[in-house]
Amino acid sequence: MKKVFFTLLFCFVSLFAFNIVQAEEMAVTQEAVAVTTDSVQAVPAAAVAEEPAAPKVDTGDTAFMLVCAALVMLMTPGLALFYGGMVRRKNILGTMMQSFVALGVITIIWLVYGYSLAFGPDVGHIIGSLKWSFLKGVGLDPNPDYSATIPHQLFMIFQMMFAILTPALITGAFAERFKFKSYLIFLVLWLTIVYCPLAHWVWGVGGWIRNLGGLDFAGGLVVHIASGTSALAAILIVGTRRGYRRENMPPHSLPLTLLGTALLWFGWFGFNAGSALSAGQLSASAFVATHIGAGSAVLAWMFAEWMHRGKPTVLGALSGAVAGLVAITPGSGFVTPISAMFIGIAGGLICYFAVNMKEKFGYDDSLDVVGVHGVGGLVGALLTGVFATTLVNPAGADASFGLFKIQALSALASITYSFVVSFILLKIVDKVFGLRVEDKEELQGLDLSQHGESGYRF
Amino acid sequence: MKKVSAIIKPYMVEDVKNALKEIGVNGLTKSNVEGFGKQGGHKEIYRSKEYCVQFVVKAKIDVIVQDEMVDKVINVIIKITRSGEIGDGKIFVYPVERVIRIRTGEEGEKAI
Repeated sequence: MKKVFFTLLFCFVSLFAFNIVQAEEMAVTQEAVAVTTDSVQAVPAAAVAEEPAAPKVDTGDTAFMLVCAALVMLMTPGLALFYGGMVRRKNILGTMMQSFVALGVITIIWLVYGYSLAFGPDVGHIIGSLKWSFLKGVGLDPNPDYSATIPHQLFMIFQMMFAILTPALITGAFAERFKFKSYLIFLVLWLTIVYCPLAHWVWGVGGWIRNLGGLDFAGGLVVHIASGTSALAAILIVGTRRGYRRENMPPHSLPLTLLGTALLWFGWFGFNAGSALSAGQLSASAFVATHIGAGSAVLAWMFAEWMHRGKPTVLGALSGAVAGLVAITPGSGFVTPISAMFIGIAGGLICYFAVNMKEKFGYDDSLDVVGVHGVGGLVGALLTGVFATTLVNPAGADASFGLFKIQALSALASITYSFVVSFILLKIVDKVFGLRVEDKEELQGLDLSQHGESGYRF
Repeated sequence: MKKVSAIIKPYMVEDVKNALKEIGVNGLTKSNVEGFGKQGGHKEIYRSKEYCVQFVVKAKIDVIVQDEMVDKVINVIIKITRSGEIGDGKIFVYPVERVIRIRTGEEGEKAI
């Protein structure tokens, strides 16, 4: 552990030197890139750049964003595979279904009122109005506040994919013991009361975190911190799996988990690069940062585990990739490639530690949602305050103590809100419907008890 | 007639099968089993959690032979699978009451 800690320290000390050198190099080569169309469409920050005269649909941006929305959609079944391979054989379908069914439930919620609450006309800086319910007013012309060169509906559907994926992330924490009916109810309530307000705060026009200058390019706060802390609330109420710590519950199919990780990584390009909302320099930068963050974290986790436990595991490499992707998410459109490498390393190492520490706390976060998404999201949000530079994204901000404080405040607000509200709403659902399956059903497995199906036939 | 049942390392099955063919034993049944005896389990690591897996994967092969063949079969199996280390496996010999060939209805040693 000490070796790993000093490695991390060394990385951080060298990063500052590196970052300064990198920034200076970029300044020389990027003089020509003053105010580009990219900075106008960049995911919102405090500084509002110039807007074009009249919104016109750009075919390049639109083609790109259509593909990105599809990539993010693919992440949900990718997540299903990622989690599915990690649970016991008798629970694979139940686990995958929890991800998959979000494609149905959240789609409807989003179109009926979700999109409006998250991105609609501001009410008090904390929520959108219901003016855009049933997508009224969400047409094919661009909405200049959000994305001036693509149809408004495209922005809406792109955001829908995020909304679908986020609650599915939480399911990993309470895997193998959650009642399906209660899960559906949880999906609806969580999206409405936790995700939509949070998305509005960070990304919505008028949202208070956005106004404050909090930077979250693609969802470190809204997606990862939110799901990570909500996961913590959930497992405190749901309790540990039957036989936890006494029985062996190793992953039943790591090849599936690997396939899922690959799909997540692939889809994440849509998630991060697509958050540029345009095809150009910014999306290219976000794409590069994303990939470098992921690759660096694979190595960081793998080597940390190799030194600590004696063998480099496949699950470790996969977990590292996801941790890196989570960590780079909030800063993906604001940092240089080298900074992305450091963020990836930090994400990989810190999440590795977090997952190791889990044992000491006694709660059963089955698939490490808190350790990877919660902690990774927090690391990424804070490091965005350390590495952000307007040389990469003029509509962002430069790293400073002030920015770091804003990032910390935004993260704290997200953590507190997600945890408290999730806790309350889960307590209520538990009282009314019960969150957990019966002992007998848990032993039989979710596949048979909740769905009447078998994942495998021998 | 006797059933000779051998629990051996999975990668030995092919060689044992070929050796038995050479002495005239042309049929056998193989099952995949897990078990343990003196051989301890092994450790697997997932997300930094250590799992002690006590059951060891083995293969069980069953052959039905005339009484006179039993010693020959045992010797062949031992010759192929003995390595001298813990985990080589075990051989059990059981009496068999009746053997029937389903296709023709033949019984007894003719049906082996």
